[in-house]
Amino acid sequence: MNRPNRPNLILLACLLVAIPLSLLAGRAWIFGQEQGTALLIIADLRLPRAFLAVTVGAGLGAAGAAMQGYLRNPLADPGLFGIAPGAALGAVLSFYFGYAASGWLLPIMALTGAGGAMALLALLAGRGGGIALFTLAGLMIASLAGALTSLVISLAPNPWALSEIVTWLMGALTDRSWADVALAAPLTLVGIVVLARAAPALDALTLGEDAARSMGVRMDHLLALLVVGVGMTIGSGVAVAGIISFVGLMVPHLVRPLTDRRPSSLIVPSALAGGLMVLVADSVLRALPLITELRLGIALSLIGAPFFLWLLLRLRRGGTLGLT
Amino acid sequence: MLEARRLSLDDRLRGATVEIPAGRVTAICGPNGAGKSTLLRLLAGVLIPTNGEALLDGTRLQDMKPRERARAIGYLPQEPQIAWDLSVRNLVALGRLAHGSVRGGNRQKPVDAALSALSLERFADRPVSTLSGGERARVLLARVLAGEPRFIIADEPFGSLDLAHQASLARHLRAQAEAGRGVVVVVHDLGLAHNIADRVVLMKSGDVLADGPPDDALSPAKLKAAFGIEGTWLGEQGARVLSVQAR
Repeated sequence: MNRPNRPNLILLACLLVAIPLSLLAGRAWIFGQEQGTALLIIADLRLPRAFLAVTVGAGLGAAGAAMQGYLRNPLADPGLFGIAPGAALGAVLSFYFGYAASGWLLPIMALTGAGGAMALLALLAGRGGGIALFTLAGLMIASLAGALTSLVISLAPNPWALSEIVTWLMGALTDRSWADVALAAPLTLVGIVVLARAAPALDALTLGEDAARSMGVRMDHLLALLVVGVGMTIGSGVAVAGIISFVGLMVPHLVRPLTDRRPSSLIVPSALAGGLMVLVADSVLRALPLITELRLGIALSLIGAPFFLWLLLRLRRGGTLGLT
Repeated sequence: MLEARRLSLDDRLRGATVEIPAGRVTAICGPNGAGKSTLLRLLAGVLIPTNGEALLDGTRLQDMKPRERARAIGYLPQEPQIAWDLSVRNLVALGRLAHGSVRGGNRQKPVDAALSALSLERFADRPVSTLSGGERARVLLARVLAGEPRFIIADEPFGSLDLAHQASLARHLRAQAEAGRGVVVVVHDLGLAHNIADRVVLMKSGDVLADGPPDDALSPAKLKAAFGIEGTWLGEQGARVLSVQAR
């Protein structure tokens, strides 16, 4: 029982060290500030931002781990399901209708977008819940959501809305408040719990779909758990932070060697490591001496895309990627 | 008793009626596309028939709770996949999934028993990727045994094994039948089928052509009907060899 918990404890310890450190870092370092100013910066800006980074990262990590387990594909990423693009479409539509009108419109629209993508996916993948059909349906929804997002952008009512939309799509954690934490944290937590419930069935899928069915796994139930779990984690993450790519791809890879490689052993450590990765990345970006802060989504893509290519190259050279 | 009654699935299987008794090895033989794998998947409850029924002690498989069915019937698919590089013990422990948790003290007992039945104890902590094909085939069978099913359904488990491993796996399957389990196995090698099976079901184009003791079901006349070959059985009972006329 102890060995599977060890990575969790190590990652939790890292998080507990990283969170207070992240509060110090930024354009204005906390040292040298007046006490009142420092408290204000920490309580109103950096603490919610740190919590949000951990929340969004945890959702991305857990969803990525669950997806890779379900698709039995180490290259799978939450974007593939079409749920992240669906959530983004909702978010972008809210700019079209006027974000300024209501701060709640964007999260509601993003969650609705994720929910819509989820429902469509469940409808298309159907009762059979075959993995190939599921993947194709996910790809179709992703590209449809992408096309609709482009359409919305091209129809932007004014240049200001256009710039808002484009900025949103880049993904960031700047200027977020406790309200965002209150929105995303509970949804993400429930989503991770749902994904953890799917874990034993994901273990069975290691031996293929037929073997899993013969072992008593109900593929339709598993699909429902994944759609809800991934929808909640990714939907709420996109709602508060825009699109942050590749975390769901990279994190399970980095964590897998620390575990016994069962998909069920990967979900919680991936959540912790995802939180850690986004927190560290956001803090480093904040502290970089640039004129304008590098957007988190862009920075992680700049790291993630080469990582993806490196994985592909390893696959081409006959590497195992943890596969047999 | 596991049985198929006029079991059909589209064109792949057309009204197959087969009884699988406990304590016996039943071999399913036939040319490619005969519907052997389809029959097995239906008997394992992995597929749902379009017509007819697959019954376990009189209950339709699709009416059973999936876990209940899984505890009674263990299924080893053709070309089994192993997506992640688990340790041998963790892979075999997957066989306990339908029994609840895969961890915990008393859950380990059947896993240890399965490992020892297939002489895998010394591999228990090795990653499966480090095993040879024959060792891996034993691990996959151990996974099925760990579930302590009443019926074992194995789809062409001998396919990629050399002769020594084929013989060893055949012995393990026989031992399971002698322990009271019903064993159903698709076998391409007709000599092997003749020698390990108590009963052979010969199939062609989705139909059951013959069903009986190996001497009857694999008689030269039946082989001609199923495969279109002129074959002669040579050797002693239990060590039969099929000689096939090339022209």
